[in-house]
Amino acid sequence: MELLAIPFMQRALVAALIIGLAAPALGIYLVQRRLSLIGDGIGHVALTGVGVGLLTNTSPVLTAVLVSIVGAVGVELIRERGRTSGDLALALLFYGGIAGGVLLVGLSDDSSTSLMQYLFGSLLTTSAEDLWVIGGLGAAVVAAMLVFRPALFALCNDEEYAKVSGLPVRTLNILLAVTTALTVTIAMRTVGLLLVSALMVVPVAAAQQVTRGFRSTMTLAMLIGVGAAGAGVLVSAEADTAPGATTVLLALAIFVGTAVGGSTVRRLRRRRGDSPVTSEPPDVVLHA
Amino acid sequence: MSSVVEVQNLAAGYDGREILRDVSLKVTAGDVVAVLGANGSGKSTLIRTILGLVPTLRGGIELFGTPQRRFRQWERIGYVPQRLGAGSGVPATVGEVVASGRLARRGVFRFPAKADKAAVREALTAVGLLDRIDDPVATLSGGQQQRTLIARALAGKPDLLVLDEPNAGVDAASQEAFAGALTRFAGDGGTILLVLHELGPLRPLIGRAVVVHDGRIAHEGTPPEPAGHHAEPDHEHLHPHAEEIKPAICEWAPTEQTKAY
Ligand SMILES: Nc1ncnc2c1ncn2[C@@H]1O[C@H](COP(=O)(O)OP(=O)(O)OP(=O)(O)O)[C@@H](O)[C@H]1O
Ligand SMILES: [Mg+2]
Repeated sequence: MELLAIPFMQRALVAALIIGLAAPALGIYLVQRRLSLIGDGIGHVALTGVGVGLLTNTSPVLTAVLVSIVGAVGVELIRERGRTSGDLALALLFYGGIAGGVLLVGLSDDSSTSLMQYLFGSLLTTSAEDLWVIGGLGAAVVAAMLVFRPALFALCNDEEYAKVSGLPVRTLNILLAVTTALTVTIAMRTVGLLLVSALMVVPVAAAQQVTRGFRSTMTLAMLIGVGAAGAGVLVSAEADTAPGATTVLLALAIFVGTAVGGSTVRRLRRRRGDSPVTSEPPDVVLHA
Repeated sequence: MSSVVEVQNLAAGYDGREILRDVSLKVTAGDVVAVLGANGSGKSTLIRTILGLVPTLRGGIELFGTPQRRFRQWERIGYVPQRLGAGSGVPATVGEVVASGRLARRGVFRFPAKADKAAVREALTAVGLLDRIDDPVATLSGGQQQRTLIARALAGKPDLLVLDEPNAGVDAASQEAFAGALTRFAGDGGTILLVLHELGPLRPLIGRAVVVHDGRIAHEGTPPEPAGHHAEPDHEHLHPHAEEIKPAICEWAPTEQTKAY
């Protein structure tokens, strides 16, 4: 692969691998909570952040991080109150974020090319400096999601129980919100804001077709994420396709594979009659 | 006797709508107290307010002698909710769910140790589900899922168990097994506060019954002997019969023994 000798390809590959690992590590908690689309909402908000950055001539990534953190924490507070339904809160975010973003980017000088870059990703322009930011934030996201796995699992599985266990529920929720915002902004370089959420969700969906527990799902989802991201960069370079879209389509292909494979294995197992579900001895005795 | 739960003139509700009014209740160490009442009477609201899940409007709550707001020793309480929350979008094994019960004791920063794993296995043994430890919770029946939640509460080795209708959807044999587990827990000096619709095999264990009606405590006292047909000395709830299909509160109509408030 002589392509890998080119420095910008190397950087692109490393960035993609880091994001492929971090996005599902966070995404699994969002899926567990049935908030699969929240990443998309935050992605739209991040676009407003990009617009602010371009307009004020500051780093768009930095402003995107800040604005999406504000957005994510805001959504969390709305969710906590339980006033607006999650669905409606998301809709408000989507439209507000994308409209604000398009408006602000349009007001800035170099509008249309940059808008496309952020919406659809521009992996090949990853600079060495970008790589440090992506690496640092990605490592922080993965570490937090692994270290706090028992607590986050309990929180996303049953929030009231977590509260009665004395867990810092509010803090953990904010941690998830901030981590979502960080993941969205680092991933916007690879797959673009419109496809960020796919990297968080699709590997998890693919993994859970063949796993039985949370831990195994998380491990497999991270492997699938890294695999799809790495392959996505290489395939897109060979075939001259968009890396972000290629990565997501590869992840979806893996999903189809595990879904078909998983259901085939289950069907075979059932046919062989060694289903793991053993029923308990009968305890109801009908009196004549 | 040291006080475990003390509720004084409590009013609580959702969104400012008052559900509980002027409720007072005292549970001391070693007590087994059953909360009874019709659907919607406020039983779950009462125990959820005690645990801090529903905001208090007026009145005071103390847990183990500490005002609830300042209470931090949550590892002393094991909670079994009426039903599992919204349901998880990702598979989780029985062992993983029960392991959540160790978090109050272990804290957020420490990784599970040997003692945690042993406690999980012990709790699953107590509810008779050890052989399902690696199965996804979603593949269990409703009653087995309920027992998983009971194991989660037991895994933390609490001093006080708070259970909301732990027997809902649990078959007779499992209820007996569960009654055995609770009897052992109480025998070791544990305190139990539980919402029930029917006492069933738990009857011998219950020291006191509290009947909630329309957000107030209507009666409190020792559980009365079952009336009529149920009073036959060797009557046991092993087979379903038509007489039982009636609001559970009927079984608890006040008798001489229950003092009316
Ligand atoms: N989350 C909630 N938000 C608003 N109102 C609620 C909520 N939960 C319960 N209520 C209301 O509070 C009242 C008491 O409900 P609660 O769940 O305490 O009854 P319960 O005695 O536990 O009934 P059940 O036997 O059906 O479990 C009901 O009128 C119910 O409509
Ligand atoms: Mg209830």
